[in-house]
Amino acid sequence: MSEKTKLPTGAEAVATKGWLGAHKWLLLRRLSQAFFLGIFLIGPWFGLWIVKGNLAGSLTLDTLPLTDPLVLLQSIVARHWPEMTAILGALIVLAAYALIGGRVYCSWVCPINPVTDGAHWLHEKLGVQKGWQPKKSTRYWLLAMLLIVSAATGTVAWEFINPITMLQRGLVFGMGFGWTLVLGVFLFDLFVSRRGWCSHLCPVGAFYGLVGSKALLRVSATNRAACDDCMDCFAVCPEMHVITPALRGKTEETPLILSPDCTNCGRCIDVCSVDVFRFTNRFDKAPAPGRDEAARKSPAQQTRAA
Amino acid sequence: MPAAVKAKPIDRRRFLLDAARAAAGCAVAGTLLGAYAGQARALPAEALRPPGALPEGDFLAACIRCGLCVRDCPYDTLALAELGEGPATGTPFFTARDIPCEMCEDIPCVKACPTGALDPALEDIGEANMGIAVLVDRENCLNALGLRCDVCYRVCPVIDEAITLDLTHNERSGHHAMFMPTVHADYCTGCGKCEKSCVLPEAAIKVLPERLARGQLGEHYRLGWEEMQEKGGPVVEGIIDLPDRLPGPGTDNLAAPGGFEPAFKMPGASQ
Repeated sequence: MSEKTKLPTGAEAVATKGWLGAHKWLLLRRLSQAFFLGIFLIGPWFGLWIVKGNLAGSLTLDTLPLTDPLVLLQSIVARHWPEMTAILGALIVLAAYALIGGRVYCSWVCPINPVTDGAHWLHEKLGVQKGWQPKKSTRYWLLAMLLIVSAATGTVAWEFINPITMLQRGLVFGMGFGWTLVLGVFLFDLFVSRRGWCSHLCPVGAFYGLVGSKALLRVSATNRAACDDCMDCFAVCPEMHVITPALRGKTEETPLILSPDCTNCGRCIDVCSVDVFRFTNRFDKAPAPGRDEAARKSPAQQTRAA
Repeated sequence: MPAAVKAKPIDRRRFLLDAARAAAGCAVAGTLLGAYAGQARALPAEALRPPGALPEGDFLAACIRCGLCVRDCPYDTLALAELGEGPATGTPFFTARDIPCEMCEDIPCVKACPTGALDPALEDIGEANMGIAVLVDRENCLNALGLRCDVCYRVCPVIDEAITLDLTHNERSGHHAMFMPTVHADYCTGCGKCEKSCVLPEAAIKVLPERLARGQLGEHYRLGWEEMQEKGGPVVEGIIDLPDRLPGPGTDNLAAPGGFEPAFKMPGASQ
């Protein structure tokens, strides 16, 4: 680890690239989240019906049907065979996320993401310990569970408590006590489990991860030879285990972040002062030499060498 | 730390324990979720589903809570249930006393439904079955008090079929009539316009879900007069039609030998 590890996360990126340059993808992501929420809201707020419905199912410009594929899957295992409109809508959504990366939904569309990002920000600010860290497989267990409960009860079971649709439907149609679930997620992430919801439990994220496991759009540590071990990318990444194989890989290993857990949020690109990361496609074969052995020496060795 | 620095590539014991932990956790969470889902199935009696809605059990499997039916309802009748409101969260419903269904001929809510939770087979709104109006209070209904309110009858979109005014004798005054609003379930769509327009502070006529509004005949029951009409003769061949016991002279009326002449002849009485 280098001396810069001790600097606040992202400080060096701001110094070298300017504040805007070091927050480019974060700002774009917030814009995207605002867009996908706003486009549903301008109907009920201003009578501009570009999109009707909500994230579970919608109709754009009275022609394009979109359906949440996980909600529809629950409906099917609950033994209802949907009409063609819903199936078509789900296929369109599946195709889009299979192409651009399943968990792009998580970081660019999902309305809960700003909530959990806020919780994480406060978590770091207050210096809360990381708390319960469920295993990587937990969300897949939960995904299986909700499908089993849907089949057993003959209902779209997850929608009874899904905080994502609860929040978005609440904002578009009326909230009731739906905010309690959203607050629950916030407090859970803040005090019980660091990045607990989005990065460990959420079965919707697990589902989209599976959908996009062979997606085209990927982040690559192309310039990994320049890495100076400041650790900022690990500090900002909500799924930090995805970085290691790409960043620390040897020359013959791919610099692409291929884990389906990666949400393509782009924070690692923002926060890197030496521009190690960039967006590319999964077939990018650009040479990306690993770091030479000299750079891997311990700080003590480096001091001795100096 | 000499031991266990590197986990064995396949550690069966640990794998099984982890799997057991996750499965147990999911079993607990799943049971809670299932119990909650079961609870949510109890639809409050005053919450009515949109036209064409599948039976409640199937509806909760089919509805994805997208709200497209709500958006296409021109009268703002439909709303999505909010958490804590009664019907399963996010599902569409309406309350007849607030805004009833206006029974649009083109049924836009059914057309908007992408999943078929509102059955597209419903093409004639007259066939809709959102509930059945019941005159729940036959004492406070103004017509039962001898007045000619008639509002529920007048507003009924299926007037003279779904609601008729049945003439009965007013026992209280002795010489007036009562025109009792009478619902005929075969024609009632459950739109709720009668409940909405009932002039009482609390409606005397209410739309109830079918399970509460109606009884059910045993499946083996046959209505002789209908069967007879269908067949064009007695249902059982060669049946002997015995004389019916009727009041009046010349019958076997045991209570009053000699009896009295009835004011009218019962149909089918052969004398």
